[in-house]
Amino acid sequence: MAATIAHGWFSATDTNRRKIATSEPFWVRALLIALAVSFFGLFLLLPLGVVFAEAFKKGWAGYAAGVLNDDALSAIKLTLLVAAIAVPLHLVFGVAAAWAIAKFDFRGKQLLLSLIDLPFSVSPVVSGLIYVLLFGTQGWFGPLLADSNIKILFAVPGIVLATIFVTFPFVARELIPLMQAQGCDEEEAAVVLGASGWTIFRQVTLPNIKWGLLYGVILCNARAMGEFGAVSVVSGHIRGRTNTMPLQVEILYNEYNFAAAFAVASLLALLALVTLGIKRFVEWRLAASGKQQAFIERGQS
Amino acid sequence: MSITVSQINKRFGSFAALDDVSLEFPSGELVALLGPSGCGKTTLLRIIAGLEQADSGDVSLDGVDAAGMHVRERAVGFVFQHYALFRHMSVFDNVAFGLRVKNRDQRPSETEIRRKVTDLLTLVQLDWLADRYPSQLSGGQRQRIALARALAVEPKVLLLDEPFGALDAKVRKELRRWLRQLHDELHITSIFVTHDQEEALEVADRVVLMDHGRIEQIGTPDEVYDHPASPFVYGFLGSVNLFHGRVDGQSLRVGEHAIDLPSHDLANDAAAVGYVRPHELQLLPDDGKTQGGLPARVLRITSSGALASVELSRGEGEGEHLEVTVFRDTLRQLGVKEGDRVRLKPQRVQVFSAESAAPLLAA
Repeated sequence: MAATIAHGWFSATDTNRRKIATSEPFWVRALLIALAVSFFGLFLLLPLGVVFAEAFKKGWAGYAAGVLNDDALSAIKLTLLVAAIAVPLHLVFGVAAAWAIAKFDFRGKQLLLSLIDLPFSVSPVVSGLIYVLLFGTQGWFGPLLADSNIKILFAVPGIVLATIFVTFPFVARELIPLMQAQGCDEEEAAVVLGASGWTIFRQVTLPNIKWGLLYGVILCNARAMGEFGAVSVVSGHIRGRTNTMPLQVEILYNEYNFAAAFAVASLLALLALVTLGIKRFVEWRLAASGKQQAFIERGQS
Repeated sequence: MSITVSQINKRFGSFAALDDVSLEFPSGELVALLGPSGCGKTTLLRIIAGLEQADSGDVSLDGVDAAGMHVRERAVGFVFQHYALFRHMSVFDNVAFGLRVKNRDQRPSETEIRRKVTDLLTLVQLDWLADRYPSQLSGGQRQRIALARALAVEPKVLLLDEPFGALDAKVRKELRRWLRQLHDELHITSIFVTHDQEEALEVADRVVLMDHGRIEQIGTPDEVYDHPASPFVYGFLGSVNLFHGRVDGQSLRVGEHAIDLPSHDLANDAAAVGYVRPHELQLLPDDGKTQGGLPARVLRITSSGALASVELSRGEGEGEHLEVTVFRDTLRQLGVKEGDRVRLKPQRVQVFSAESAAPLLAA
């Protein structure tokens, strides 16, 4: 109440004066804006434009040829397959981990938190190497796998494993602070009212975290599809079999097949733009529910 | 439903939240668990609800041991300090939640649910808010909805954890009267936790005073206010004046003055503290004619409404501070002003040994 009155007081008398008091001369503003815009254009818009320009250099036909050949299509399929396995897994794991960490107290909670963060702090190349050391012919399980004729390294399972590793933290990291902030009150209220664990999760917890969850899934998906380093180490780069889209782009580029390389790259760029669009929307929803939350808290104090 | 807890112990790390607590809550009563924060009252309430596990001890509901009973089987209604309404559900859906999650064979039909929820919303006088969301309600409205939600499943016990703690003074006062009325209508066994002694004394049939995980006293509001069992209870239930002295037969020697004591079991010449409530000290002008009482000097007079609070100092200079509450009219008739010398006559004294009073004085 006091704040509103004070604010009204200032805005009535001092708006114009304050505008002058807090702004810079025209040329400083112009310079700063020009600097920011040219930086933005040079490092973001230009590269993005180049990707699409190069992709369409040989026209629609060239673009189609780059995207619709067998190797490219199999790379797209593999990328989608990897994401289709990794993302749902993290959806389940992320919710479970966040639930456990935010709503319960147990020994080793801090350790679990640090472990979830590990893939963020390790270079993707090292993440890939871990799997080479585990499953390679010289690795710990190499001989065992060779004997039973299971291929992990330089095959699809290796790519899936490496992707799962690098995308580990996204969903859980997004949910933990959100669930911690929400506390356990609503869940406790629900259990006292006779709801079963599954009902509580479905009707109370999930609706409260859905936007945060979607946000985490989007980030996780973007990374799963775009991951290069870790996947590159374990893939073996076998055309038409173990190449994901980022790896396919690299191979084509190294073969001076620029139009095809940029065509595949443009798909990834497109994916990024769509992701960004959805992310903006979800952030807006999150902010809306956050505002509602803030309103509730204000009401309580 | 009656509730019995016996020999409950609960520790959080090295902190003893409950220390061998045994209590009985008779059926149909409204009982207040009263104590300072950290005294274990909320923990006890949560253990009765089953939201917290005791380290040792038993809880029995209607004579049945609750150890093997899951929270959802205990048929308790719980009201949280911060309402804990489901924020993504409308008021109607919040109240209906407990009915809709029942097993299919016990679940009422949707028309039955609608009727029941409407009845409950009428009971809490908020039927016009059925379609709103919790974020659109005021604190007082939210707590009434939370109460309606708890009552929807027809609990045998109602547990309220500082239900009015987050509300402002005026709404709090309104709501506690309303809670008392509601209890008189429904006669459901209720336990509510509070740290506000006024609230406990005004609302409850019986008050349980707790401190440091132990029960200090149990009794009706009048009993605990008029006959506090310990210095802690005396100090916690409103302000009090202390007179340090030595026992001398049926009186307490305070310096060169004496205060008459009621019957007590303290030894002669034992160090003791006399407890007198501010309204039980009679204020008399020191005009030379007044006999007895303790001399004091008026420091400040503050008045609110019909009452005036007189701050006094005993002896010279700073001395010991005392507080007396009198009607403003009385004060006017006496003609006492700030700076005046007066004499104080205790109307009612309770005496405790100095050792038992020590922990309170240190706090």
